[in-house]
Amino acid sequence: MIELNSVNKSFGDLQVLKGIDLSVAKGEVLSVIGASGSGKSTMLYCINALEQIQGGSISVDGLDVHAKSTDINKLRQNIGMVFQQWNSFPHLTVLDNVALAPKIVLRKSADEARSIAEKQLQHVGLGDKLDTYPTRMSGGQQQRLAIARALAMEPGYMLFDEVTSALDPELVGEVLDTLRLLREDGMTMIVVTHEINFARDVSDRIAFFHQGVIEELAPAKELVNNPQRQRTQQFLSKVL
Amino acid sequence: MSESANAIQFFTGFRFSDLGFLAEAAGNTLLISVISISIGSVLGCLFGWALHVSVLARYLLGSVLDIFRSVPLIIQLLLFFNFFPILGLPLEPFAAGCIVLIFYTSALVAQVARGGIEAVPDSMRRASRSLGMSYLQDMRYVVWPIGARAMLPAWTGVALGVLKDSALVSVLGYLELLRASQILITRTQEPFIILAIVGAFYFALSYPIGKLSARLEQRWQYD
Repeated sequence: MIELNSVNKSFGDLQVLKGIDLSVAKGEVLSVIGASGSGKSTMLYCINALEQIQGGSISVDGLDVHAKSTDINKLRQNIGMVFQQWNSFPHLTVLDNVALAPKIVLRKSADEARSIAEKQLQHVGLGDKLDTYPTRMSGGQQQRLAIARALAMEPGYMLFDEVTSALDPELVGEVLDTLRLLREDGMTMIVVTHEINFARDVSDRIAFFHQGVIEELAPAKELVNNPQRQRTQQFLSKVL
Repeated sequence: MSESANAIQFFTGFRFSDLGFLAEAAGNTLLISVISISIGSVLGCLFGWALHVSVLARYLLGSVLDIFRSVPLIIQLLLFFNFFPILGLPLEPFAAGCIVLIFYTSALVAQVARGGIEAVPDSMRRASRSLGMSYLQDMRYVVWPIGARAMLPAWTGVALGVLKDSALVSVLGYLELLRASQILITRTQEPFIILAIVGAFYFALSYPIGKLSARLEQRWQYD
């Protein structure tokens, strides 16, 4: 379970998260929507300790993310993250991109790491690209590679930060399909996205962020079809 | 004694055995260059990393490195070589030349290395850290291989430059190619042929570096 209690986060004088309370249960898919700059991505970075927080607490499986005693590298092995920019390692083949972290972080043997990587790449539909270099692939393929790379660590949770925002429109579908696949696998996910229809169809709940607070949090279909708050209605009327 | 007899006594033409003398000097040029470039490059990478991570280093170390980059090498060599005897620690020309060239190389490589590290986008480093890699693992497996590729062409330029600049160590009396050529020119009075031969030696030393670098660059292509 991921739990956020009154989380505050500021960049200098700018407070981006204002007392966020949220919990995501094992197996749940939560989508986070809202305008740019509303703090949704920052929240993901805080959950993965890629950003520090100024108040409140975040715990993952009961482990305090920002406690000094927490082994942050160990914690991150349990929380996969995929970014807006896919960030494939350009000097490694597709297979090695995925096998690297199992090899050096989980200390798997080369053979084990290879078979983990093959399995994950096959899962996201890149089984025929093992020896290709990522720069030869489309954005959609590279984003699926990034997903396979995160999955290879066998994390308990996956965080997705606007993973389709940098893609050409015709490539969005293949990445969303991969996310659907993970949902079927029962993966616990927090998905920050601008794809409202996808969020409605795939997630259990949706959180609508507005200027650093959770303005509305409701079951997915309910929030999209029948938003209660005026700001949610305004936002949805603009993007749908 | 006639004037021509005098000339025969003091000046003799270029002989085949002089090639051996030049080859030995070329060996010295190679030796001082290899030592300076290799140690200077390692040091430069460490300095480059320091410049990248620390604001304090950027001011303090950066200023010191700027001195090495800005003051003509020949002045550095003469100052350094003549400064130590004042302290009662006379240095051999070779040692003095090595030390100055090492710091000179490191000053040039530091900026190249910093550029290499900064060629790796922050977002990529966040991605590797999000996989559970430690800072050092990220540096070793992601930043170094990508950064090294980015800095290779500039580093090659530095290495070739230092190889040729090592000629300046001749002012300290170290017998490398340029100094050897001056000795031979004085004796033979045949500057044209000797400088041409010395130029060919420098070319023979430089060419493999450029070739090796081009080959690495090709092998390190991302596809």
